[in-house]
Amino acid sequence: MLVSGGIVSSPKRPARDVDETRFTLLPLRCAVCGARYEPAPVAICEQCLGPLEPEYPAAEAPPTRATIASRERSLWRYREFLPLDGPPELSPDSGFTPLLEAPTLARRLGVARAWLKNDSVSHPSLSFKDRVVAVAINAARAFGLDTVGCASTGNLANAVAAQAARAGMPAWIFIPHDLEPAKVIATAVYRPHLVRIRGTYDDVNRLCTQAADRFRWGIVNVNLRSYYGEGSKTVAFEIAEQLGWRLPTAVIAPMAGGSLLTKLNKGFNEFRRAGLVSDELPRLFGAQAEGCAPIVRLVRENSEVIQPAIPNTIARSLAIGSPADGVFAARAIRKTGGWAAAVSDQELVAGIRLLAETSGVFAETAGGVTVAAALALAAGGHLRADDEVVLCITGNGLKTVDPLSDIISDLPTIAPRLRDLAQLVEQPALP
Amino acid sequence: MPVTLTLPTVLSRLTHGQATLEASGTTVGEVVTQVADRFPSLGPRLRDEKGGAYPFIAFYLNDQDTRFLGGLDAPVTEGDEITVVLAVAGG
Repeated sequence: MLVSGGIVSSPKRPARDVDETRFTLLPLRCAVCGARYEPAPVAICEQCLGPLEPEYPAAEAPPTRATIASRERSLWRYREFLPLDGPPELSPDSGFTPLLEAPTLARRLGVARAWLKNDSVSHPSLSFKDRVVAVAINAARAFGLDTVGCASTGNLANAVAAQAARAGMPAWIFIPHDLEPAKVIATAVYRPHLVRIRGTYDDVNRLCTQAADRFRWGIVNVNLRSYYGEGSKTVAFEIAEQLGWRLPTAVIAPMAGGSLLTKLNKGFNEFRRAGLVSDELPRLFGAQAEGCAPIVRLVRENSEVIQPAIPNTIARSLAIGSPADGVFAARAIRKTGGWAAAVSDQELVAGIRLLAETSGVFAETAGGVTVAAALALAAGGHLRADDEVVLCITGNGLKTVDPLSDIISDLPTIAPRLRDLAQLVEQPALP
Repeated sequence: MPVTLTLPTVLSRLTHGQATLEASGTTVGEVVTQVADRFPSLGPRLRDEKGGAYPFIAFYLNDQDTRFLGGLDAPVTEGDEITVVLAVAGG
């Protein structure tokens, strides 16, 4: 199909070479109408305005389990499933975070086994956004874009700022004006152009969409979004490999824009098609905060039309009222036989504490949403006794400590005397 | 009532490169219809065959998402600015 920007005549990778890079990028295809495009920093189909996705070559033999296992412990070990044709030039060491078994949590959920996909320790910025930015910043370099940027609820800002600093690239980062201080500081420390916008994330996102149209920047979640999103698939790949090349029966993930859940589905499907796993696809479950749950609503109402929400939740990283991939996430949930749950701010704080106390993992508010939603899904009969469940913990608790401030309000304080300590230790009930 | 309607680059290719258009109407939908009548190839990109909104396009009226204002029925007054934003972004 002819489109402005060029004709893609075959699924082979483009012959175009970019001066400084050792790799090229894959062509794009519209997820809605199928129109094909040459590699470009565009994310929207000119024909139907639907989202573009990389088009992977069909004929290439997939790697074997042994080949993948022999590679570096980063997301690039799955390079055949990522949209770069060749080794990355930037951000070589993101991904391959731990998969931790959580038996106490499994008992609480009433399931056979449970694991945590722990992206709270992701390199370099302690969230799963390191994965998508690792792909996007390489795409920016390949397209010769010397400035990167993003609209962010916090974690993406951290990831873009850190990886741009390492790459020596200027970054323009836009955030809602009232973001958590830790996330703002953990962005500003890398000295990007950091701009607070008076408004919600959706206002920030709209501005960024217009900025991408005006300036020649690589805005990772706007004009580089087709490539960026593919990084999220590596969560699915790692889960499969770390479980011993098999799939769990259920995966629970937080939803903001809906991209992670959509790409989990895509990743599990790609591994099955490649013959790397043979199990049934896991049921996918989505988690949101009650104060911003447009995708949960979509699932519950079996609808195809997003009703945007005005966010009102402490789960700021999930506070996207108009989720770009909401419809696709809801479809993935329905197709796999999953469901979606929304939880209150109080429940998400309890979720953070439960996760920390039972698993030794300190998650940000989105992780609290995921754990609380898992409990709600279990209580609602959506999880089975024989389920093997993976919970995606996508960000670090040190970024969102404010909701937990009262847990230190009654800590004991004593003089540096053994007598005082003994009195404290031997008292009937410790605080 | 005269208002302005601003298009993203990908759509302004269908209006001979004009990113900002002047039009009139009493609602966002009427303004969109008038612009669509002037630029027939643009019309089908802005709304579906029944005149409804597409999921991948958002209309903002003076910086407010019209989905909170009644959608294409949102009333406009003289001097208002309507911005067409492609919604496949973010997250």
